[in-house]
Amino acid sequence: MKILVAVKRVVDHNVRVRIRADGTGVDTANTRMAMNPFDETAVEEAVRLREAGDASEVVAVTVGDAGSEEVLRTALAFGADRALRVDSEAPLEPLAVSKALAAVAGREQPDLVLMGKQAIDDDSNQVGQMLACHLGWGQATFACDVALADGELHVVREVDGGKRTLAVALPAVVTTELELNEPRYIKLPSLMKAKRQAIERLGLAELGVDATPRLELLGVSEPLPREAGGERVDSVAALVDRLRNEAGVI
Amino acid sequence: MTTYRAPTQDLRFVIEELIGLDRLSGLPGLEAVTPELLEAVLAEAGRLASEVWAPLNATGDRQGCRLAGDTVALPEGFAEAYRAFVEGGWNGINAPAGDGGQGLPELVASATQEVWHGANMALALAPMLSAGATALLRRHGDASLRERFLGRLVSGEWTGTMDLSEPQAGSDLGPVACRAVPDGDAYRLYGEKIYITWGEHEAAENIIHLVLARTPEAPAGHRGLSLFLVPKYLVEADGSLGARNDVHCTALEDKLGIHGSPTCTITYGERDGAVGYLVGEEHRGLRHMFTMMNEARHKVGIQGVGVAERAYQQAVAFARERIQGRRPGGEAAVPILHHPDVRRMLMTMRAQTEAMRALALLTAAEMDVAEHSPDEAARAGAQRRVELLTPVVKAVATDQAVATASLGIQVHGGVGYVEDLGVPQLLRDVRIAPIYEGTNGIQAQDFTLRKVLKDGGEALEGVLAEADDVAEALRADTTLAGLGDSLAEALAALRGSTERLLRDGEGDPLVPLTAATPYLAQAGLVLGGWLMGRAALVARQGGETGSQDAAFYAAKVHTARFYMRHVLPQAHGYTPAIHGGSDELEAMDDGHW
Repeated sequence: MKILVAVKRVVDHNVRVRIRADGTGVDTANTRMAMNPFDETAVEEAVRLREAGDASEVVAVTVGDAGSEEVLRTALAFGADRALRVDSEAPLEPLAVSKALAAVAGREQPDLVLMGKQAIDDDSNQVGQMLACHLGWGQATFACDVALADGELHVVREVDGGKRTLAVALPAVVTTELELNEPRYIKLPSLMKAKRQAIERLGLAELGVDATPRLELLGVSEPLPREAGGERVDSVAALVDRLRNEAGVI
Repeated sequence: MTTYRAPTQDLRFVIEELIGLDRLSGLPGLEAVTPELLEAVLAEAGRLASEVWAPLNATGDRQGCRLAGDTVALPEGFAEAYRAFVEGGWNGINAPAGDGGQGLPELVASATQEVWHGANMALALAPMLSAGATALLRRHGDASLRERFLGRLVSGEWTGTMDLSEPQAGSDLGPVACRAVPDGDAYRLYGEKIYITWGEHEAAENIIHLVLARTPEAPAGHRGLSLFLVPKYLVEADGSLGARNDVHCTALEDKLGIHGSPTCTITYGERDGAVGYLVGEEHRGLRHMFTMMNEARHKVGIQGVGVAERAYQQAVAFARERIQGRRPGGEAAVPILHHPDVRRMLMTMRAQTEAMRALALLTAAEMDVAEHSPDEAARAGAQRRVELLTPVVKAVATDQAVATASLGIQVHGGVGYVEDLGVPQLLRDVRIAPIYEGTNGIQAQDFTLRKVLKDGGEALEGVLAEADDVAEALRADTTLAGLGDSLAEALAALRGSTERLLRDGEGDPLVPLTAATPYLAQAGLVLGGWLMGRAALVARQGGETGSQDAAFYAAKVHTARFYMRHVLPQAHGYTPAIHGGSDELEAMDDGHW
């Protein structure tokens, strides 16, 4: 089984993001960047499947500018065998990213595409689903356990109120939850080796991807400050009453 | 419980902006070091340190080590955490690739070492001592010894120890009595050593002791000492482990701190003699030992910076949370972070730590130049700087670390004196650092007599000339001019001290010996001022073009300002003691004490 694992470079989750003064987006200049944590679990899972003998090759892919090769090197240090980057100076919308990944999947012919269920920058949660549509493959999203059995994948999904296990025929797209695994500590020799590995580069035009934006960004702003205080009520019954009759939320 | 996060942003600032990676990346053998690699290395070391090592710090303190039959039981989790470090390839970070290391510069290695010490000083002592033993073997061991022992010391599969002290031989190793008797190709060792850090444990498969001992007929004193490699398990020709050697841990010290680090009494030859192999030449053991003394002392300074950083992080976190008292004119109680005296304490901790981090890493960069530069003059110049700065880093960084850990307790108030939050542990742990690897008093003598007076102050003056340039640049900057004035005044004071000691020390050796500690303290403050001044200049520029965010650079400038106003002027307070001679000390007759 060959695995394609898609990763994205995002603002490090420890960094407090700042809005650009003109309200056109998040300021990423001079900001610490890192691999999207959901994608880390996807890479970790892919490498574990290979280590268990269930997969033969793990190829990491990202769509982004030259700086985003950093996260490909992280993927290589985790243990991915190869890495390739679809070049795009401008950040792309989920639809364009999914088309680019579909084109890469067409060239690479993986049996499984793994990726985080969403990226922590825009939280779109769309690329995996769109990709499965373009490819006409099955999909299992929000995976918190993945196992290969008799040529199909058994994927445990986080759903409201519990967990659901799906059997998915390959090839398939699986998007991952943080609960799927605990990403390993990267070894120093792996970091050094990853630095020397070649990264293949592909152009959007070469892949025949139309990346024209379809969305118009109206503005980006800080969330409203939370109102201080709150109110103490006498009893649970009083709370339920107010939630039902005053706030109308239950 | 205390938490620790690797100060990767500060480390990168010093390495990339204050020192400049280009200083290293041009050196042969070090081409691989790029900002991206540095960032990844620090991030990954930081992750293992904060997630695996740091949570065990308190465990180590509470449980300590205990003698269990023929071995030492470590605190829970220590062996696993050490192995995670070894499996991560961190032990060989700066060892040459030919020996199985990663070949990264001392500068990068030092930055990661600060992180290990900050996370868990007791545990970090294991690789620290191993590194000393490994360096000795690499430099002085013959091919067969290197072949058998070096690879697994570099990987960390085996740990190494430095066995020097005996009850009657501490700072002065002349009276060492441990004996080594020739036995075929090897020797048999008999005797006892004390204070052997990580001298026995089962976190690694084997322990390689490097032991100072005396061969039969050897001259008395320092000149009769030879260096021996004594493995816990003998190693067969095919590399497999053989019989247990006659070297045993016979006691553990009950110490003020670093409870997670076993401090052993090691006994050789209780039965048939401990098998040992001569390292280097007979009778030159102490000389061999001194070839790695700079590194070992430098590492203790790095350790001080690591623990000081943790104390600072913890104190800031507490000061943000603890609500007590009002600001003048305010209505509501505020976090104590908003009280001027608490801010002053935190800034003192921060400024001293940043100054010593900069000096320690700069010294590491000089070590790299001294080793790798293709230009002989550049190598020699850098080596001279390493010699000059090492005692400053060792002594001043550790003295300030003790002061910083103590201030950390002060910021916490009463709860800081209670063990629950883990605050006192940092002070108890780091209190050893001014003592081992040559007490700070010995560092002061080394600095004053051998590093400054011996060459007429020339090497020091070379550094001070660079500091003059920083003072001038600060004065030329309208917003930083005051910092330049403070630095220039402090430089003048240090030069005055040097001149005075050069003049008065000539005829009376007691003068520089009496002045050594205050003189070293003064030099440490001034050298710290030099680098804090440079940091302010770099940060001012970085605010416009640098790779970090604006708040980071702004804080750097504020910290430099604070250093120049609150920390650096203490240098002037040492002047009377340095200039004063030794009269009153010498006037104390035995009966006066």
